Parts: sequence; C-alpha cells; structure tokens
Amino acid sequence: MFFGLFAVVPMAYSLFLSFCGNWGGIGSAHVVGAVDWQRLYQDSTIRQATRLTVELTVLSWLFQTPIAMLIGVWAAGRQRNRAVLSAIFFIPLVLSSTAISLLFKALLDPNFGLASSIGPWIGFSNGNILGSPNGALAMLVFVGGWQFMPFHTLIYQGGARQIPKTLYQAAEIDGAGRIAQFFHITLPQLRHTITTSSVLIVVGSLTSFETVFLLTGGGPGSASTTLSFAMYQNAFQDFNYGYASALGTALVAVSTLLSVLLVRLTGFGTMRSTREGM
Amino acid sequence: MALTTDAQPSADPETPYRYERRRRPLSMRLRRTNPAAGLAALVWLLIVIVPVYVMVNASLMPQGEALGGKLLEPAAHATFANYSLVLHSGFFHLLLNNIIVTLVTIALVLVLCVPLAFAIVRARGARALLVFRVFLLGLAIPAPVIIVPLYVMVSKMGIYDSLWAIILPTAAFAMPVTLLVLVGTMRDISEELYESMALEGASSAQMLVRLVIPLSMSGISTVSVFAGLSAWNGLIFPLILTQSPQNLVLTTGLWTLSSQYGVNVPATLAALTLSGIPMLVLYLVARRALVSGVMGVGGK
Repeated sequence: MFFGLFAVVPMAYSLFLSFCGNWGGIGSAHVVGAVDWQRLYQDSTIRQATRLTVELTVLSWLFQTPIAMLIGVWAAGRQRNRAVLSAIFFIPLVLSSTAISLLFKALLDPNFGLASSIGPWIGFSNGNILGSPNGALAMLVFVGGWQFMPFHTLIYQGGARQIPKTLYQAAEIDGAGRIAQFFHITLPQLRHTITTSSVLIVVGSLTSFETVFLLTGGGPGSASTTLSFAMYQNAFQDFNYGYASALGTALVAVSTLLSVLLVRLTGFGTMRSTREGM
Repeated sequence: MALTTDAQPSADPETPYRYERRRRPLSMRLRRTNPAAGLAALVWLLIVIVPVYVMVNASLMPQGEALGGKLLEPAAHATFANYSLVLHSGFFHLLLNNIIVTLVTIALVLVLCVPLAFAIVRARGARALLVFRVFLLGLAIPAPVIIVPLYVMVSKMGIYDSLWAIILPTAAFAMPVTLLVLVGTMRDISEELYESMALEGASSAQMLVRLVIPLSMSGISTVSVFAGLSAWNGLIFPLILTQSPQNLVLTTGLWTLSSQYGVNVPATLAALTLSGIPMLVLYLVARRALVSGVMGVGGK
C-alpha cells in the first residue's frame, strides 16, 4: 500500500500528467492530448541532452568496467595490507554524492588551486576545466567513476571469489598462461557479475542527477545537460510539469528497456538468490 | 551467482581432476602476483587519496593561504577557524535532522517489510508472487524521474516542507531492495524449523518473532544499513520536497552552506569533512554490515 502510494501511483500520475500539456501546478490538470509527447519528439534541446546522456553512459561504462574488474579480481586474491588498502579504497562509499560533487566543484574551481595546477597537464591552460563542454563531460564521467568505482570493485571482488580455484589449477596443469587464464576462465565466469555491474552503471548514468546539478549545473550553456537534469529544469525552473513528466516517463521506459535488454542479451535469467555475486 | 553449479562443465573434461594441497614452489607463487592490476590499484589509490587529502588539508588553511594554490603542501598556518565557523552555522541542527530522518526511515522500512517478506515467503500463492513482482518493478523506477508527480502529491497531502516529506518517499524507495534481500534471507530458513514450530502450535506471529527474525538478523542488518544510507545521503527528496531552513538535512545543508560561503572554499571543505565523519566512524565500527548494505544499493 505504502510503497504503491509513493512509487507506483506517482509513476501512473506521471504518465497522466504527460498528457496534460504545459500544466504548471495552478488549478487542476486536464488531459489535452499528446502535445508534450510531440514536443518531446521534436525538441532539439532534448535531442542534444539525449546524445549527451548516451555519451555519458557509454563513457562511464568504458571508464569504470575495466578498472573495476582489474582491481576487483586482484583484490579477490590474498594480498598483504589488504585491509588497510580496502579501508582507503572505500572512502568514496561513505561520502554522499552531494559531498563528493561539492568537493570536486571546490577542487576544480579555477581560482582555487588544484584545477589550475592540473589543468595545463590535460590541455586546459587556464585551469577552467568545467568551463569547456568536453571538460565538463569528462569531469562528470570522472567524478561518477571516483564515487562508484569502489562499489563495482566490490562486486567484481565478490564475483571473482566465487570462481572455483580448481578451474585455475586445471588450466595451470594444461599450461595456460595468466592472460589465457583471464580470458578463458575469469571473464566467462564473471559474466553474471559483469551484467549486474553494467546494468547498474547504465541505469545510474542514464538517470544521474546530483553530480550534474551540483558540479556543472548543466553548463557551460547546456553542454552538460543530461535528460534527468533537463527534466528538473523543465519542472522546477520553468514550471512545466506536463512536459517534465513526459520526459521522465520516457526516461523510465528507456532505462527499463535497456536493462531488460542487457539482462536478456547476457542470459542472466532468474535471480535465484539475492546474495548472488556478492 | 550460483557459479558452483555451472562451473564444472566449463572445466576441460579431458583433464583428470587431481589436485592435492601442497605448498607451491616460489616461482609459482611469484607468478600469482599480477603487476598490471597491482599498478592499477596503486594508481587508483592515489586518485582516491589526493582529493580527500586536499579536502582535509585545505580545510585547515586560512582562506588567503588556500587561494595561494599550494594545496598539496601541508597547511602552514593550520587553524580550526573554519571548523568553528561551520559548527556555528547550524551544523548540529543539520546533523540532528539527518539522524531523525535516517532512524525513522529505517524503522518504517523494517516495520513494513519484515512482516511483508515473511508473508510472501510463507504464502507461496499466486497473489503473494504478484505482490513481490510489483515490488521488483519498483527497482526499475529511479527517484529523480518521478519527482514531479511526487512533488504535486506531497503538496496535496499537506506534508510539503516537513521532515515527513523526506522520510515517506525515501522509505518507499528503499522498500523494493529491502524486500528482495529479506525474502532471499527468509527463503534460506529450512522448512523443518517452520514445521516443528507449527507442530507445537505456534501462531504466525510467534513464528515471525521467535524464529524468522532471529534467523534473518544478517539480512535485517543489511537492509537497515541500506535504507539508512539512502536516507542519510539522499539529495533529491529533501531538495525538492522541503524548503525552509529548519528542515534542511545534511545534503541540502551542505549545498546551502557552500553557496553561502562562496569563495571561502576552505570553510566549505571543512563542512564536507565534518559531514563525512559520522559515516567514517560507522564504517570503522561496522565495516561488514556497511559494505553489505552498500551492495544492497545495487538493487540485488
């Protein structure tokens, strides 16, 4: 009941509002047809935001997956000082997205220091990384990675721990090298873990809001306006609830479709236990 | 993910299984280390440490020194002035609100989900399965996306700009994962235990209190941490569903403070450092529970 009230009903209500034109919360909402959906289809800002969101998602995946897998598999073995290492690794997990975004906003402030000393190394001579469209996108990917890498590393570590040691021993007897072992044992055995982690990255990046809101504010201009941030702007800056709802509904549909697709493609059928892959 | 069951076929069937425990020769043990991954871990360690170090280091600097740009060198004139500024800007009030929101959310989620999960596990009917499916559907709904209708509804319910406006949606959004974890844990309780209790004439409520809850403590602690974390760290619900200063929580408060301090970046960093301390302490005390709770965030 309670869950229905705060999650299912809003979803349905969102669908309803998306057919109510540019209702702004004054008076009552009336169905006026699919104007919002038409506008959504033709809106060039939204098209740009969509492209940006897809770029952000793909880049986040490319950035996080290989590193998380490498470190996760490595951390699954027995290392000295691992407790100390993991304690430091997981610092980003205990900070909130808000704190992390504000931290990087401060660090990347061109007047404040760190950005002006790092900037020239990576092609921003004036240190104003967030002031350039590509720099802003790169920083969104980086900060997202900084925050979620330990989490995905944990997933891969859990996945790698469940691979039976006997497989590696058999491969060693067969004379398989480390790289062959990785591609023929580790990678296939981790496929469920890879699916889980990828679905989380994809859905997370598609709907990422906090980092965009706090770090770049969608800017410079609208260069880093993702779909969920565009929705926020439409709703709470332009007070067009109908249009924002259409946008939100489309976003849910796309992210659900994508994750179902990913799950199907990789053959990750039923969830047999909730502790899978941990 | 139940790898043990499908692991055997992928092993080369022509290789006879003959492994015995022995000490590996040194050359073999050296081969097990992985320099590439070790290097990647080291680089990532630096990437994690440097911003955190700068945060703490610069938070001790007077504003002028921080603007000089020597952030990597230890603060020359270390001072706690920034911290006392933050503590006098109503930081404890933010902390208190955050603690209230977090604790009430955890309590609400547990009170609703523990009996529900028990009912789903024991009923095994089509209807229980349907309820479960509806909840799993909720895993796919991200909070930012339905914030607009939620905002309209919360306004109409008359709880806009109160701590309840944060607590209720946060708890509702924590429920799918909570239920998933709890149902998984409760399914692992063996059937014989239920039967023997039923034989002794125990009612459902007695089973819940005396059998199910004690045996699913690990799951319960995981979901408490998960619900607590999402309440503790949530930004979007407090940002949009509250507005007055007395209802600021840690996340919205940090945002307000940082825009209030403006160019006084060290003060912002001091506030950020302070906001991280409670979780850090919790992490050091209850690492295992916290990590499994974080894994719950992943929706598994």
